[in-house]
Amino acid sequence: MTRKFASIRRLLFTTLVMAALGMCACGPADVGAPVPVYDTGADTTEWASIPAGEFLEGQHETAVSIDHDYEMMVFLVTYEQYAAYLNDALATGTVRLVDNTIVGHYPGDEFRGARHEVRIDPGDYLHVALNDPALRLEFREHAFTVTPGWEVHPMTMVTWFGAGAYCDQYDWRLPTELEWEKAARGPLDGRESNRPFPWGSEIARNNANYYASRDPFESMSSYGSRTTPVGFYNGKIYGAFATIDSHSPYGLYDMAGNVWQWTGDVHPFEHYRYLRGGSKDTYDMDLRIWVRNSAAPTYASPGVGFRCAR
Amino acid sequence: MHPIRQRLQFLFSSTKGLILMAMAMVAVVTALFGMLSGPMAEWGVRDVVVRLLGMKLVQAEREGRIIILYHSIAMAIIAIESYMITGLVKMRPIHRVVVNTGVTAGYLTTMIFGLLFAYWGRLWPFHGLFIAGLTVMFSSGVVLTVALWPWNKEFYIKGPKSEYARTRSGLDLERAAFFAMAATTVVSSTFGAVAGAYFGNGFEAFLAENIIRSPEKTTLEYSVIGHLHIMLALIAIAVTLIIGRWLDFKGLYQKIAMPLMILGVVVLNLGVWGVVTPLEPIAHMIIYMGATPAMLAALMLVIFGFDKLIREGVRGIDRPTFGQKISALTRDPLRFGSLWQMVFMNFTVSGIGILMAVRLDEIFRVWPAREERIELTGHWHVLSAIIATIILFYYGDLTGLKGRLRQWYGWLIIVLSDAAFASVTFFEMKRLFISEAQQQPLVNWLMAGIDFGLGSLLVVLAALMVWRLTDLFKKKGLWTREAAEENLYQVAK
Repeated sequence: MTRKFASIRRLLFTTLVMAALGMCACGPADVGAPVPVYDTGADTTEWASIPAGEFLEGQHETAVSIDHDYEMMVFLVTYEQYAAYLNDALATGTVRLVDNTIVGHYPGDEFRGARHEVRIDPGDYLHVALNDPALRLEFREHAFTVTPGWEVHPMTMVTWFGAGAYCDQYDWRLPTELEWEKAARGPLDGRESNRPFPWGSEIARNNANYYASRDPFESMSSYGSRTTPVGFYNGKIYGAFATIDSHSPYGLYDMAGNVWQWTGDVHPFEHYRYLRGGSKDTYDMDLRIWVRNSAAPTYASPGVGFRCAR
Repeated sequence: MHPIRQRLQFLFSSTKGLILMAMAMVAVVTALFGMLSGPMAEWGVRDVVVRLLGMKLVQAEREGRIIILYHSIAMAIIAIESYMITGLVKMRPIHRVVVNTGVTAGYLTTMIFGLLFAYWGRLWPFHGLFIAGLTVMFSSGVVLTVALWPWNKEFYIKGPKSEYARTRSGLDLERAAFFAMAATTVVSSTFGAVAGAYFGNGFEAFLAENIIRSPEKTTLEYSVIGHLHIMLALIAIAVTLIIGRWLDFKGLYQKIAMPLMILGVVVLNLGVWGVVTPLEPIAHMIIYMGATPAMLAALMLVIFGFDKLIREGVRGIDRPTFGQKISALTRDPLRFGSLWQMVFMNFTVSGIGILMAVRLDEIFRVWPAREERIELTGHWHVLSAIIATIILFYYGDLTGLKGRLRQWYGWLIIVLSDAAFASVTFFEMKRLFISEAQQQPLVNWLMAGIDFGLGSLLVVLAALMVWRLTDLFKKKGLWTREAAEENLYQVAK
């Protein structure tokens, strides 16, 4: 009887050890896997006008007013745009190349000594780390070019400092959280003013790029979810994949999914910067308009990008 | 007596029947509502379930739904623990009846009407009944606390010598630990109730993990955060005490453990209650000071239990080898498993917490909040699931599993759950050893470990439930014997 019990234990432990070995044997994803190319027809220079006025802010739908008109980019800043900016900025000296990183000056934040607050003094801060294999930029002969195929994908692997510096270069800025949220949700006009997603009440796989949304750029069995070109979810059909036109009430694309977007607020008592919109790596619940994410301003990720406001 | 009435009487009035009923309810709820998130949503199962069952899921109400789901499952688990306590600890029969009746009415009302309200449209009378269910649970907790009153001379440990922890006057310190746990559970529940009443009135439900980085939290937000932490800790402490009773914890280790447990419970609670007072800045320090003796008490139980299993297993062998001792230790997977899970918990819950605290500046001060959320929700889901597996081990013994069935049941739970918990732990910590861009193959393996482990565990639980269900159809089934047993393993002290 005892021998039978021992065999049960042995069988189960062997299964466990085999599974553990299998896990150890798995290699990292191929970051350089080929990317499909589709023409979305997006005009990446377009801006959307957002008038002053009330909208429903947050999950609990508080009526809040923004007292100024502003504009936001219809599309996320692309790799192509960021490469052109870097070439300009390096030439004019607003950013510098140091040890395979792009750095630039930041005037610092007031430090209040709150719990968990990290000091951000005036100085040079990381904008982009050039040696990260997930970055789709190449630096050859003193100029930046985009890895072929990624030109109109959102700029990623960029820190909050790097995103802000891009906007600054053209006398623009990062949107505040409130501005971002109004641009995603639309005005308080009685027609679905409390929509949880920029396009409406429900989410389908062809509304946005999120985790396991089965778009042509993802392969969950190998490299996982990847960015889609900006404005991809515009109602066009790409091969066998039909998208739904998923712009926000003000006409902005990718306000849910694809990449988290840096916002410009510097909140007192904390060093964190806030991100909105969810990304290719999050479940649909994080694509709801009011969901916030935050990270240190030096954080960069293949799932983080930005757009500017003015 | 009518056959149906006999069976209902077993399910609703005998201790083992009540435990079986509550476990079946938890199994059904876990299986059903587990299909609405994670990989099940990813694979499209959620959409099918929602359509088939006619659920109404409003995006803005997700957090509220989850809060009600957590409470529904938690109340059933608290009911199971209450049944076990009333079956294990001496008390007046009237107290046992009132507690068992109260928690049964309480958890069933909470679960049924809470879930109907949350997932099938907001029908307000159901919300009222959900709150009423929680209130009945609270009242039953008060009665349980009274029933466990340790200064009742009737329950003193008498005689000149005893193997159990007691004061010089005979006060049973294990009973005092049960009492401390029950009393503080009742008080700590109000930290959720008061805050819940406020937020519920404005319907501003939030999940604690989503406000973790807010630099300024209100007192009521702190109250909610404190409540959820302490309630889970107290459920874990209750199960530790229950397992101690099951294994007849006694001797030197028990005499050291019980004062430590009482001290730990009291200080831990004071620390958590401190979060809503000016003591908030040092509350964490007080919590650590309370958690340490409580965990040491659990360590004493593990040492005692392992030693007991080895002694029993090598009885008759003159000089047992190391291998024979290990074989003896692992011979009974139910008793070994209940103790092993307490050890394993240190790798998947406490150890992770300590590691994160040590590397705070390079992890949480830099990582995005969503990564921090994964770590936070991961470690307390694991703790909850570990508690559930310990209950399953004890129930396996209670229901009389023997021989090969006991071996398969016990080892499957140990291996499957630990594979899943280890995978969750690696998933939480993955950013320390792999970048986001390169993580997918590893994530797939880990998700497979989690899904296979937990899914198979649910299959084991389902098999147990089906077996017990078929047994109910037998005229002279196991249920007829269990119906007659009032106590579980009450040990005369």
